[in-house]
Amino acid sequence: MSIWEYANPRKFLQTSERVMPVLWVSSGLLMAVGLIWGFFFTPDDYRQGSTVKIIFLHVPAALMAINAWFMMLVASLIWVIRRHHVSALAAKAAAPVGIVMTLIALATGAIWGQPMWGTWWAWDPRLTSFLVLFLFYLGYIALWEAIEDPDTAADLTAILCLVGTVFAVLSRYAVNFWNQGLHQGASLSLDEKENVADAFSNPLYVCMVGFGLFFVAMVFYRTGTEIRARRIKALMARERQEA
Amino acid sequence: MIALLMRDLRLAVRAGGGFGLGLAFFLIVTVMVPFSVGPESDLLARIAPGVLWLGALLSCLLSLDRLLALDWEDGSLDLLATAPLPLEAVVSIKALAHWITTGLPLVLAAPVLGVLLNLPLAGFKWVVISLLLGTPALSVIGTFGAALTVGLKRGGLLLSLLVMPLYVPTLIFGAEAARRGAMGMAVETPLLMLAGISAGVIALMPFASAAVLRINLR
Repeated sequence: MSIWEYANPRKFLQTSERVMPVLWVSSGLLMAVGLIWGFFFTPDDYRQGSTVKIIFLHVPAALMAINAWFMMLVASLIWVIRRHHVSALAAKAAAPVGIVMTLIALATGAIWGQPMWGTWWAWDPRLTSFLVLFLFYLGYIALWEAIEDPDTAADLTAILCLVGTVFAVLSRYAVNFWNQGLHQGASLSLDEKENVADAFSNPLYVCMVGFGLFFVAMVFYRTGTEIRARRIKALMARERQEA
Repeated sequence: MIALLMRDLRLAVRAGGGFGLGLAFFLIVTVMVPFSVGPESDLLARIAPGVLWLGALLSCLLSLDRLLALDWEDGSLDLLATAPLPLEAVVSIKALAHWITTGLPLVLAAPVLGVLLNLPLAGFKWVVISLLLGTPALSVIGTFGAALTVGLKRGGLLLSLLVMPLYVPTLIFGAEAARRGAMGMAVETPLLMLAGISAGVIALMPFASAAVLRINLR
């Protein structure tokens, strides 16, 4: 039993369809529990008041925005090296989810920043690099849309994803150098003294797992759609040939 | 290789090659800036290095879609791909030709336009040096973008969308070096980073461009 068996679309669809209900339900439950717990059953912060609670949307979305790109990178690599179509389609399917997560992170950040920092937007390194990540997603999706031949599109977007990753990381450090930050540092690292209090971090973990499962379910669902769309195309082409 | 370089240069310089168009665009963009932000010389002096960098970047971008598209249309790109010269070398030469016909004139024109923008005296040297170091990176990265979109009918806008995010680190370090130079601050760090980006990009990007071109020529 190797993981490469799922390169077979039929096998992939079978398994993903069996797993998906579990994923949908568990991600829905976890997100509901995490958000309700976070919004209604955590204390207000003594300085930020209840605005702090947007963290339960902001952090998981930002986390998934980056991880979605990382997943696209891995899927692109698999496509380039082993040429499994499911992998290319999974990368294609993940991009719109990733861009929405990026937008959620940017929007919730702006909504929180207005009362707290006194501004919707600042050219802070973290904010700026997220904006750059958003642009990379845009370019990636636009390239998929622009090319008709599916295999060419998969190849070109895969290479764009690889090159883009290098430049996205470069931009992250360039931006760090270019402007000092307003954004607080990591609030959930293992080695740091100033972490978020347990009262906040526990529901946050629940939300993060919920968002993660939601992302996986979305990618499975959208990949399945892509596979079926391609089958329909093949069937129609065959029909036209026979007619 | 030299023959290919000379051919590209000749094609660019002769009628219809669009040589000088980038330069004219650079001039126009720079002239439009005081119209849009106002003529106060203090403000212009402050933003001059950034404006020159942005103008150079945009002029570079403007000329990218001609970089490979003409050769693609008349089929000479197929010939080049089957030639004994590796495709990596072909795209490197193309990038070099693009830099000589677009990047280098921009570097030379920048000090003249700096006068229009009231660039501080200390800034001239650093604007030229940073552009000299940075524009090769712009050409090489742009070649990758041009290779990505070469098969598309209307690839121009998409090309900008794809290439602009890739330009971010180069622009940041280049404009920062020029800005610091103009304000009389230490420029070593951004200048070294800029040179590093250029060197790395020149070394590695042709492989990506050639790979993409091979896919498009398939």
